[in-house]
Amino acid sequence: MEKNILTIKNLDITFRTNAGNIHAIRGIDFSLPIGKTVALVGESGSGKSVTMKAVAGLLDSNAVINSGEIIYDNLDLLTLSKKDLRQKINGQQIAMVFQDPMTSLDPTMQIGDQITEGMFLHKKISKADARQRAVELLKLVGIVDAEKRIKNYPHQLSGGMRQRVVIAIALSCEPKILICDEPTTALDVTIQAKILDLIKDLQAQMGLSVIYITHDLGVVAKVADFVNVMYAGKIIEFGTVEEIFYDPRHPYTWGLLSAMPDLETDDARLYSIPGSPPNLLHEPKGDAFAARNKFAMKIDEREVPPLFKISETHFAATWLLHPDAPKVDLPAELKSRLQRSRKAAGYE
Amino acid sequence: MNDPLLRVKNLCQHFKISRSFTVKAVNGVSFEIYPGETFGLVGESGSGKTTIGRTIIRLYDPTDGEIIFNRSKISGKLDNKTRRMLRKNMQMIFQDPMSSLNPSKKIGDIIGEGLDIFKLYSSLKERNEIIGEILKKVGLSPAHAERYPQQFSGGQRQRVGIARALVMNPKLIIADECISALDVSIQAQVVNLMKDIQDETQCAYLFIAHDLSMVKYISERIGVLHKGYLVETGTTKEIFSNPLHPYTKNLLSAVPQPNPAYERRRQLVPYNSETVDYEKCTLQRVSDTHFVLNHAD
Repeated sequence: MEKNILTIKNLDITFRTNAGNIHAIRGIDFSLPIGKTVALVGESGSGKSVTMKAVAGLLDSNAVINSGEIIYDNLDLLTLSKKDLRQKINGQQIAMVFQDPMTSLDPTMQIGDQITEGMFLHKKISKADARQRAVELLKLVGIVDAEKRIKNYPHQLSGGMRQRVVIAIALSCEPKILICDEPTTALDVTIQAKILDLIKDLQAQMGLSVIYITHDLGVVAKVADFVNVMYAGKIIEFGTVEEIFYDPRHPYTWGLLSAMPDLETDDARLYSIPGSPPNLLHEPKGDAFAARNKFAMKIDEREVPPLFKISETHFAATWLLHPDAPKVDLPAELKSRLQRSRKAAGYE
Repeated sequence: MNDPLLRVKNLCQHFKISRSFTVKAVNGVSFEIYPGETFGLVGESGSGKTTIGRTIIRLYDPTDGEIIFNRSKISGKLDNKTRRMLRKNMQMIFQDPMSSLNPSKKIGDIIGEGLDIFKLYSSLKERNEIIGEILKKVGLSPAHAERYPQQFSGGQRQRVGIARALVMNPKLIIADECISALDVSIQAQVVNLMKDIQDETQCAYLFIAHDLSMVKYISERIGVLHKGYLVETGTTKEIFSNPLHPYTKNLLSAVPQPNPAYERRRQLVPYNSETVDYEKCTLQRVSDTHFVLNHAD
């Protein structure tokens, strides 16, 4: 078994709002093996960003952590004070790349200063050295003319370049863990492909462990080693990327996979998951996905399914995996798609 | 083949920023859309796809070129009659369902605005019936007409956006990245809805997007834009199985697929646009439907 650099145990978070308490995270277990990439997949509102904000200590002030541990380096991050987190963990050990490169940079600061800001804060480093390092980082993330670019302001750069700068900032203090929150959603496909390749290269070079938050399954297939599928504040299926894409077990994962056309999808109707995710203002009873699940059974309305083990690495929370459950045939479209992709992958 | 519903000929749209600087957003783009078909327009951001959509529906005045819609010329100065024809028969679904609905108006009034302007009903009862009918068609309930936009989720709001466009019974709907802001599972719902409505009403779509797999799924023909030039156009099959322009190849190779083993092998086909001067190129015919922008030699 590989060693985990980060482990989340039974994390449970509620947000207090004027409308009532929103139970956003309902008991999450998650681990990040050292040097690997783990993807968190799910719809908006499923809690993927909240989970990672909890890791980075960036939760909004109305969040209440009911229970749970986030263990990094034998340290429970949730017991640390905000000050300790800021001084010892954030940026230095765990760095984050945000979704929108248009808004995550300071428009009034030269990018060189933005890159060195964290270094001055966390390390004893001379101005000249920091500058030198900033140039190196810019070169590392593939910005040509780094010496000149360092004096640029964000508005002088294109979207793809800005995201490279954001990555350079994240890497400035040599973190061990990089959390990427939908880093390419705002970018074009061609630039997205380049940024994804860049993150992969950097990971290999610097031995980073990466957590990748996204709802784009194509991106997951490219970057991830392990996949966690989230729904309504719970992880409902996890496994290696092959297990999730070639042998999914949870009906929600089936739905997600079928809803995204691949380039071979012909003119048949696109499968869509009916309805929309539950409002967590009212705690769903039983399986939160039951209302949208055409395979739902009576027990789904009463009891929350536990995680059933499929292999050493593959688990799914659905009553369909209970030994007493009736056998369910995969939807025909998905079946042929899975066959197709297994074939394309050379598995059959 | 029958007459095209929309014919765009040599369309240019330039924006003068200052005395010495003009953004040439769209340069000499020509294409046709036939009744009841879906034409997909793809390209990176800044390639001019949104500008084309907005010029066609005359949110901008075209700098040069000709647009013929429903047998009338709609480029140049519009007279009152043509404008009314255009506004009734061409509608737009906008990108962001969060910001494209007036937050201080009820859903029923947002949808009914066009009906009010064109006086398409004889009594208030009939108006409410039409609105209820269209809400049902997009999968909402007539009772929703009394609510405000903030009471809906993103997917539901985009349905309202579609209902607003549909209520006029248009011949052409311009869908500008109308699913990009939605979640994957909701995207599929909206795309299915658009297809069903097309089967029922025979309206044509100009589907503008950067998500190639979705464009492939919904369109019959596709135009690929780059830097304001239409670099390749053809049927969906021609573009995807036989892409000829290097930019199209580059774009296709960048689409991520939900298949890990394939993804690990996938290589981006490089393309350096700096070396090509599109201005000196013309559209070369490959087949009756397939054209590629290339040097004439």
